[in-house]
Amino acid sequence: MTLRAVRETVEAPVPLDTESQDWLHDLRAAGRAHEAAVAQLHQLLLKAARFEVARRRRALPHLSGAELDDVAQEAAGDAALSVLRRLDDFRGESRFTTWAYKFALLEASVKVRRHSWRGRELPLEPETWAQFEHSAPTPAVRAERSALLGAIQTGMRTALTPHQRQVLVALALNGVPIDVLADRLGSNRNALYKTVHDARRKLRAELEANGFEGGW
Amino acid sequence: MADTDLGLTLLRLLGPAGPEVGCDECFALLDRYVELELAGADADGLVPGLRAHLVGCPACAEEHESLRALLELDRRS
Repeated sequence: MTLRAVRETVEAPVPLDTESQDWLHDLRAAGRAHEAAVAQLHQLLLKAARFEVARRRRALPHLSGAELDDVAQEAAGDAALSVLRRLDDFRGESRFTTWAYKFALLEASVKVRRHSWRGRELPLEPETWAQFEHSAPTPAVRAERSALLGAIQTGMRTALTPHQRQVLVALALNGVPIDVLADRLGSNRNALYKTVHDARRKLRAELEANGFEGGW
Repeated sequence: MADTDLGLTLLRLLGPAGPEVGCDECFALLDRYVELELAGADADGLVPGLRAHLVGCPACAEEHESLRALLELDRRS
């Protein structure tokens, strides 16, 4: 489904609320009004970035409190640049502050994932198939699970391109964050997800062609 | 490994059923979707394809959870 298709299905944007109008007016102004609005925006985004870093801090046990705050500060700065660059994209479908928050949350979450995987080798080969089979509670379940996992492995080998297989294994089996994999492959989140989406579609079709019905 | 882990891995391998938006579309629509959710509106009906994407994309799902939690925090303060 394309963005246009989705947007055609939603209602027309409502007129901007007063607070959002004020934000846009001040951020588009010149001189001191603009500077004050940018400073206020930065504070708003820093609050959101600190919130996100605090939620994800268990992923970064090696960073001190000050280092975590550096991550949040950097995320807020990058988010402020994105918000200012994309002001014309704001359509009033939410409050301005909600729209702006998501930039800070994105920047902070991506930075946390990158920090968390810094210096780590990315596992690109399946590591978990045997574990699934060994964990089956009964022989019948084990046999059923073996058949499904076998069909998936065959499908991954025969129906997917090497790139699709590499991406799906890294993301789905080995838990590599999509932003981290995108960095290593010189790609981006949206493009990798498209690869995953296409690979999943092929795999599901392969399973159905081999008699496995949905509900897995 | 527990059965729930297997179920999660199968979901990650095979993804959600039905049409879904991509990551860029998800980001573009997320603020509206979360405000609709918090207002008790039919977010899934008004923003089709986004819920399925959140099921299929752990990174976007984390950001959805965070935006929702942050707005809820704002409401309480």
